[in-house]
Amino acid sequence: MLKGDSGITGTFGVLSRITRGLTKTRTGLSNALRGILGQTSRLDEEALARIEEVLIQADVGATTTAKLVDLLSSKMTGAHSKTSANDLYSRIVSVLSEEITRILGENPGLLLTSGVNVILMVGVNGSGKTTTAAKLAYLLKNENRRVILAAADTFRAAAIEQLEAWGKKVGVPVIKHKEGSDPAAVIYDAVMAAKSRSVDVVVADTAGRLHTKSNLMEELKKCRRVANREVKEAPQEVLLVLDATTGQNALQQARVFKDAVGVTGVILTKLDGTAKGGVVVSVREETGLPIKFVGTGEGIEDLSPFDASAFARSLFDGV
Amino acid sequence: MAFESLSERLQGILKRLRGKGKLSPQDVEAATKEVKIALLEADVNFKVVKDFIARVKERATGAEVMESLTPAQQVIKIVHSELTALLGGVNQRLSVASRPPSVYVLMGLQGSGKTTTCAKLGRLLSRQGRRPILVAADLARPAAVKQLEVLANNLGLPSFADQTAKDPVAVSEAAVADAVKRGIDAVLIDTAGRLHIDDELMEELKALVDRVHPTERLLVVDSMMGQDAVKVAEIFADRIGIDGLIMTKLDGDARGGAALSVKAVTGVPIKFVGMGEHPDALEPFYPDRMASRILGMGDVLTLIEKAERTISEREARELERKIRENEFTLEDFLGELKRLKNMGPLDQLLGMIPGFGKIKELGSFDVGERELSRIEAIISSMTREERRKPWIIDGSRRKRIAMGSGTRIQDVNRLLRQYWEIDRMMKQFGGKKGSRKKGVFRGFPSPFGNA
Ligand SMILES: Nc1nc2c(ncn2[C@@H]2O[C@H](COP(=O)(O)OP(=O)(O)OP(=O)(O)O)[C@@H](O)[C@H]2O)c(=O)[nH]1
Ligand SMILES: [Mg+2]
Repeated sequence: MLKGDSGITGTFGVLSRITRGLTKTRTGLSNALRGILGQTSRLDEEALARIEEVLIQADVGATTTAKLVDLLSSKMTGAHSKTSANDLYSRIVSVLSEEITRILGENPGLLLTSGVNVILMVGVNGSGKTTTAAKLAYLLKNENRRVILAAADTFRAAAIEQLEAWGKKVGVPVIKHKEGSDPAAVIYDAVMAAKSRSVDVVVADTAGRLHTKSNLMEELKKCRRVANREVKEAPQEVLLVLDATTGQNALQQARVFKDAVGVTGVILTKLDGTAKGGVVVSVREETGLPIKFVGTGEGIEDLSPFDASAFARSLFDGV
Repeated sequence: MAFESLSERLQGILKRLRGKGKLSPQDVEAATKEVKIALLEADVNFKVVKDFIARVKERATGAEVMESLTPAQQVIKIVHSELTALLGGVNQRLSVASRPPSVYVLMGLQGSGKTTTCAKLGRLLSRQGRRPILVAADLARPAAVKQLEVLANNLGLPSFADQTAKDPVAVSEAAVADAVKRGIDAVLIDTAGRLHIDDELMEELKALVDRVHPTERLLVVDSMMGQDAVKVAEIFADRIGIDGLIMTKLDGDARGGAALSVKAVTGVPIKFVGMGEHPDALEPFYPDRMASRILGMGDVLTLIEKAERTISEREARELERKIRENEFTLEDFLGELKRLKNMGPLDQLLGMIPGFGKIKELGSFDVGERELSRIEAIISSMTREERRKPWIIDGSRRKRIAMGSGTRIQDVNRLLRQYWEIDRMMKQFGGKKGSRKKGVFRGFPSPFGNA
């Protein structure tokens, strides 16, 4: 297996973009936790309750938050005397973000093979699949891979035109059928085209669907099967596109999509807003799915590899 | 998922309370802690939860535990009614401009469902006999204009869509002017998704709104949203103003706590909910259903109330005893059916109980007036013994009963099948390890587990 370098490096200032994405909302705002803790220098009930609120507000969820707070209070016993408010604050943040970073684990990046790769973009309606497919195509193209986009959302009005517009912007071909046609047939054609044109990666956009609709999940399974029939390792990646504004339902989405279509990783979009996307901590812990990229805007360059420790720290940044 | 049932957890905490007359502050403290977790897991904003819990505590402390309810049910009832009240008025309609056209601006974050909702709303208005037009003012997302145009065409609605347009404010203004000329009475403006913290785009939206003077500014909110919903709604309310909320994607399994959050911070009514991708899937909003959904308990509360009205305490106790002693007879069955008929269609009723919606056989329990009199006839053609020991009813007895009641043997068979089915369900839900509980829905399986 050939490990793609898209996960770690990039030719166009990936790191600066992450920080830009993550700091955008931070500037000029006070630090939430510090503000909340005020001049407290003791980790008392009151302080713990405040910390709990910060985590809850970041959508970490009640269960995971309770675990984190328990861990915090056990790790910090005895730390309350003779510490300044600042010290206490930094210790809390470092304990918690270390633990969150640990839970989030390594980012393996895209795991691509030699030959034709198929990346399926899946997710609920409006999460950002089409835009992210285009961003990913752009990123891969900039790594000198040959990429095509497959318009396998044949359902939503003008979804094909949307992807075509992106294809033009990115400068990669788009394989498409008519609206209403079988999405699996689009995948098939795209894989065939990839084979004959020695393309490295097919990035396939699919229609948004709620994970509760079993017939639509079946349709996705078929897309998967068709890709797999034509290329033994395909789809090499099935990426669940999660909107960072989503609350605890993201966990359910991850479970169901993973079971149904073998999701291999998560892309967290819309991190340029004020939502923190903290639910991915539980997603990772429960499903084991690594978070691979984050989306930080509507532009073609607004996609960066996920950095667990930067993400963990960002949960404690300004509200 | 961890959150199985709020009612079960409350049941556990308040078990000791049986027979006590009032809820003590400690009981209420313990119970509201569970409620708090449930609300947080449903994505209600934590600040909203805090205020809400304070209110519930106040109401619950010292509240009489009604004889007909267990303490847990009592708490749930209070929580539910507070939640319903907070979620707001029933079925609010869209306001209509005194001088047409009415202008509705749909706004919200990226991907919340504005374009689809715009089409659905157009569909709804045209079905109400109004003449809507869909206006494509999302000039940012690739092919958004095209999307709206296609949707309008599919629905046979007019659209105002210019794929080369650059200025959403100008487009909207032109659309309204055009509507006046064409005798159109509702202008639905689909705007681009934008972040509440994007100054430039918020200014643009403000300018748009200032120019077209909307009858309603409708914020479209994804019902899967988490804690951030509050901030988004606050900022839209503050910078643009909101007249109504539309919650989308409620056909999934999100608890939808965001609905409560946005309602609580804006005070603006939720007008519609999106229940699917189909153009007809836009429904009026019902606060009580939403409250049950947030609490994760079907329409249990409606059920409690209905049961309260229909079943007297004494009858319930008697029935409970019978079930316990396996004495649930065909006579009781008839009595239950009559009672249920007073409460509404049986399938609908059972559908309100979490987990019950899935039971397929429910279709056969649809008891209409005629069906009921047939059942009554069949049962009264049975001997006393047969009614008490239905298992002795063999083929020849069935034939006799059918003759006697003027029905067909299939009718008798069907009735017996239904009886056995209900008997089985009652046993199954009757409680573990042989213990039987006093269900809310007495004669029927309790959604509340063991009290
Ligand atoms: N601010 C922001 N907006 C984003 C991001 N990613 C996507 N969007 C926007 O979200 C909206 C929906 O994105 P799409 O890519 O169309 O979403 P989708 O999942 O393909 O939607 P459907 O195909 O309709 O299910 C668009 O307006 C995008 O511009 C992001 O990282 N940040
Ligand atoms: Mg799409």
